[in-house]
Amino acid sequence: MTVAAHWEHFSHQADVGVRGMGATPEQAFEQAALALTAVITDPALVAPRKMVRLSCMAPNVELLLADWLNSLIFEMVTRNMLFSRFEVHLKVSHLTAKAWGEALKVAYHHPAVEIKGATYTALKVAQQADGRWLAQCVVDV
Amino acid sequence: MDIALFERKSGYEWHIKPFGKMHVPGVIFASESLLREMDAKVYEQVTNVAMLPGIVKASWAMPDAHWGYGFPIGGVAAFDADAGGVVSAGGVGFDISCGVRILHTGLHVEDIGAVKSKLADALYRAIPAGMGSTGAIRLNAAAMDAMLEGGARWAVERGFGTSADLERIEEAGCMRGADSSQVSMQAKKRQKDEMGTLGSGNHYLEIQMVTDVYAPGTAVAFDVNPGDVLVSIHCGSRGLGHQIGTEFLKRMVIAAPGYGIALPDRELACAPIESSLGKEYLGAMRAAVNCALANRQILTHLTRQVFSQLLPEARLSLLYDVSHNTCKIEEHQVDGRMKKLYVHRKGATRAFGPGHPDLPKKLRDVGQPVLIGGSMGTASYILAGTEQGMQLACGSACHGAGRAMSRHQALQNWNGRQVVDNLEDHGILIRSPSMRGVAEEAPGAYKDVSAVVDAADGAGLARKVARVVPLICIKG
Repeated sequence: MTVAAHWEHFSHQADVGVRGMGATPEQAFEQAALALTAVITDPALVAPRKMVRLSCMAPNVELLLADWLNSLIFEMVTRNMLFSRFEVHLKVSHLTAKAWGEALKVAYHHPAVEIKGATYTALKVAQQADGRWLAQCVVDV
Repeated sequence: MDIALFERKSGYEWHIKPFGKMHVPGVIFASESLLREMDAKVYEQVTNVAMLPGIVKASWAMPDAHWGYGFPIGGVAAFDADAGGVVSAGGVGFDISCGVRILHTGLHVEDIGAVKSKLADALYRAIPAGMGSTGAIRLNAAAMDAMLEGGARWAVERGFGTSADLERIEEAGCMRGADSSQVSMQAKKRQKDEMGTLGSGNHYLEIQMVTDVYAPGTAVAFDVNPGDVLVSIHCGSRGLGHQIGTEFLKRMVIAAPGYGIALPDRELACAPIESSLGKEYLGAMRAAVNCALANRQILTHLTRQVFSQLLPEARLSLLYDVSHNTCKIEEHQVDGRMKKLYVHRKGATRAFGPGHPDLPKKLRDVGQPVLIGGSMGTASYILAGTEQGMQLACGSACHGAGRAMSRHQALQNWNGRQVVDNLEDHGILIRSPSMRGVAEEAPGAYKDVSAVVDAADGAGLARKVARVVPLICIKG
């Protein structure tokens, strides 16, 4: 059975939860990154014009998810970019990735909010009973 | 929240007896209705904080408490280094020293009527707000370090304000013990274009009007009178603070087992105060506090420039500047003796009572101004710290209205343009680069700030002095 990868937001009283689902942990990480962009703007508005390489390390896969999202937040702020396409490669404690996006244009993307950081609240990376992988956490906005 | 979980000590004080690994009781200050409406996660987070090593007195939550990260937003906890106490990056949060300052203008509401719309537009042009906005000031490496160690004092020395501003800021505008060498290159890079920017989310710059005075004597000392026009600025340490929070949270989570600390929640990541990691964090966190103080000082300067062009008769002097997300060394009574404590306030305001030596002379007799921000359509309040509050919760009070619903729910309930039009019909001018951001921050998404403030007053944490309403709001 093929499972459709997708992302969604979940409620946190002060902030927003980002959740990615996919057939593999890598897909779930990629979808969580799309959910991150969607906190700011509609990912469909972000053209994948320019590619950025990222890598991070953490002692377990859940901290690695937080690191991945925090690396993207750092790249967004320091490059003034938004991202809409992702390619993630995971090893036990090491992540390498490519992220494609474009320069933030305030008048076009209408960013709702900037993201301060990915938190360890509701942080989870796990395979579900139906075989799909879930990757989620709350982000502070 | 199930109120049967608590022992009611007074009309506004609810206790959780220590159980399991809790070292101290949990205490929530709230009216019965606020407590009933409070997220059950606050109970869990208050009890988790009570399990941290070296906590003294109690794990407190203020009347605006809601589900946070490790600590509840509105959480306060004090730690004793001599008892193995910890400092927690999660307990301070990402937006280190996010806070509020209020400026007098010397103007009455009638004075701005003719230029109100022009003033809103000019402030919107002058104050960089929202994602992707950049400040006009670029700091080289040496200047960045000087800013991180000098705070608002650094800003004033460079012409962004006057020395009179400094005595109206906590720590006299410069947090001691800041160590710029503990701030990573990434954190400094993230701050490179962000000096003098407002940020987004719940951050704002408002022009406000005093509507009511509740404590005339204190209001005289604070120089607030009905009809007065004030400026309120709410923002923090920007990208630098966020990056420091992110980096130390991870380091402390990884290091905790090595210190023998079993974290009840990863977000409570902490290290012993006396450990090298604890000291490194304190040095970096204090540098972020200074970044926030310098940032609010630069925004004050930009605001003064706008007023000088449109309303040259205005005189913008600082009433006070408070920080919400901090860990500070303070002296408080523990078992009848004064002890040096590391007081964490996560979404809570320091509220020192009358006579405290850290207060400026002109305010010492009446207590510290406690500045409570509401939502952009309702009201904000000015309170004063009390002696009772010093005993109740180490001189702490609430910090805002607190959200009543998630951003997601708010987006489903409101349209940003309609919110702006509706507020304009009520005389409140909103300027924001993002209508979605406005919808997420709609007044209805927040709790009733009056109920929160009444609970803080009723509990004795701080006394109501004045109520103010927004006239203009610049939102990020």
